[in-house]
Amino acid sequence: MTPALTRLRGLLRKEVLQVLRDPSALLIAFLLPLVLLLVNGYGVSLDARHMRVAVVAELQAEDTREIIQALAASPYLEPVAASDRHQAEQMVLAGEVRGILVLREDFSARLMRPLRWPARAQLLANATDPNTARILEGYVQGALLSWAAGRAEEKRVAAAGGIALESRDWFNPELRSADFIVPGLVAFVMSMVGTLLTALVVAREWERGTMESLLASPAGMGEMIAARLICYYGLGMLGMAGSVLMAIGVFGVPFRGSVLVLGAAASLFLLFALAFGLVISALARSQFVAAQVAFLTTLLPALMLSGMLFDIASMPAWLQALTHIFPVRYLVSILQTLFLAGTVWRLLLPNLAALAVAAALAVAATIAVTRRRLD
Amino acid sequence: MWRRILALVLKELTSLWKDPKTRTVLLVPPLVQVFIFSYAATFDVSHVSLAVWNEDNGAIAAELMRRFDGSSAFHVVAAPDNPAAAAALVDAKDVAAVLHLPQDFSARVLAHRPASVELLLDARRSNTALLVAGYAQTIVQDFALEYAPVPVAPLTLETRDWFNPTLDPQWFILPGLVAVLSLVVSMLVASLSLARERELGTFEQMLVTPLRPLEIMLGKAVPAAIVGLLEANLVIAAALLFFRLPFAGSVAMLEAALLIYMLSTVGMGLAISSFARTQQQAILGVFVYAAPALMLSGFITPIENMPEAVEWLSRLDPVRWMLVVARGEFLQAIPTAPALDAIWPMAAIAVVLLAGATVSVRRALA
Repeated sequence: MTPALTRLRGLLRKEVLQVLRDPSALLIAFLLPLVLLLVNGYGVSLDARHMRVAVVAELQAEDTREIIQALAASPYLEPVAASDRHQAEQMVLAGEVRGILVLREDFSARLMRPLRWPARAQLLANATDPNTARILEGYVQGALLSWAAGRAEEKRVAAAGGIALESRDWFNPELRSADFIVPGLVAFVMSMVGTLLTALVVAREWERGTMESLLASPAGMGEMIAARLICYYGLGMLGMAGSVLMAIGVFGVPFRGSVLVLGAAASLFLLFALAFGLVISALARSQFVAAQVAFLTTLLPALMLSGMLFDIASMPAWLQALTHIFPVRYLVSILQTLFLAGTVWRLLLPNLAALAVAAALAVAATIAVTRRRLD
Repeated sequence: MWRRILALVLKELTSLWKDPKTRTVLLVPPLVQVFIFSYAATFDVSHVSLAVWNEDNGAIAAELMRRFDGSSAFHVVAAPDNPAAAAALVDAKDVAAVLHLPQDFSARVLAHRPASVELLLDARRSNTALLVAGYAQTIVQDFALEYAPVPVAPLTLETRDWFNPTLDPQWFILPGLVAVLSLVVSMLVASLSLARERELGTFEQMLVTPLRPLEIMLGKAVPAAIVGLLEANLVIAAALLFFRLPFAGSVAMLEAALLIYMLSTVGMGLAISSFARTQQQAILGVFVYAAPALMLSGFITPIENMPEAVEWLSRLDPVRWMLVVARGEFLQAIPTAPALDAIWPMAAIAVVLLAGATVSVRRALA
């Protein structure tokens, strides 16, 4: 065995022992993904269920009772009767209901003679949360239209408008938001784990000065960085595998792509994240600064700019351009495709290439920064 | 007693302010986050790329296609001529949806027979898919009305959007950021100040001074709360002055709620640091607590969507209650009673955690 290899083996042994003795690295690699994935996987959902709507019928009639029943039949809505508008407004302000459906006094009368005056229902939506307001409007509209259509059929009145729109959802026919959020969460978790592993653990070595004594040993800098990356890579991949298994086993997300491509993407991304963590730890002098920088450059972009929750295509152009410098964006895209769609090379190849470039840049930066700090 | 606490508070604040790197890290990131967050956090869709697979050469199909292209929600980028080509476009995320107009579409509409068009959605983007389906429905309905034999619909729904008439997502996100950004900074300052003293061994020195446990605890809690309050007010100023948000409610109520909120987050930070032996463990604890606290607070996704058990868990989350007050005061002019309903859980959380932190300092003394 060449001396270089022997040294690398020795260094690896040192890293593994260090990991086994200090619980922090193991906690980051295993506990953090578990907690984050479980809490967020169950808690973060865009599936609206049981949105409460106050219904104010100014004149109680057969029609208005039917409408309340139609709303209650929708799995997304939960009508609550209110005696008047004032009471309903108080319910909105107290956060008890998401909106108010007002059926005016002349509602039933107008319904009888639809050709002269259309009957109007009014929805007052609490638009503090605009997304939920819009979704609420869609469901109320849907419930009213299907009620009107059923009624028209009953009374043999031709429904106006003869064009139906049939929507079909690919990959995710029930539009379960977990199916698209959980693969994104896996990427989110990995991006935090990868960077924190090296950023915090190694920042402490710099802070305590043990890094310098290591550098004074005969081991070359390249060997040292390699040993560190290999060791934490092993940890990170185990954490990743656990996260993927949880996504499939606990959250029931289908996996339709190639496991090999998943492994390749995860490896490239971890290499980037670990090397990036080394850069942060070498630049930041203290653990406090390293923690803040890691928070700012991994957690927030992974949450906001990766396409995990917010569609990148809807952002302003300058922000869309900015998302390209955060590699987590490519990982989210790859994972969503592998989980839900399959091995679509036309989409995967450019994203894998981008991850490879990011990994290469991060490793180069690590070497440059470590060398400069020694001088 | 108050003089001693004041001295400790001043010492903590000076030590935070005198290190330029710490100073930068306290001030710059929140402002960067305000700008990036508030532009990124939109669920709205506009100019969604659409492929139209048109098998119908009729004029009516062409007109419907123009309606889609002309709306602000869509723009047509591709015209595949077979299902496989359409599928490939969706797979590769070139388009978010495919509109399919069947061969007999125009003929059926002209003959006043029921016609249908099909929309294929990329449900990897589930929220977008939901909204896109809604917009498409509206366009098709309006179009259908014009070509219908009967001139009026029997039933229309008018929607009035309350509190946020233009459905501006920034009005939703910015009041939330007031709570979210101050959460992270106040917890980090509180938990690290105690953990650092432990790690460096200066904690024992502090214990032998005349300071009593309650005073030590307050001396650590107050500076962190001050930093958090400053940060929250920085975000409020940016929201009002730069983003021009309305402010409907009472400033006094908002500030009072913020103070109590800060005491609860600082209490959490101190509680974490009483379990941590090193700064690293404290940072880790803050991460493990703050990330779920953010996600379960209703900051981004509605609380009603959570399973019941998780919804209960979120009642222990002070961020959830602060969001009610912040959004209420900015947008809704929330009345006093519901505001107080949200404030008392935060006060309870603060009292329990701060009392716990005091006990743990006293135990270190024994």
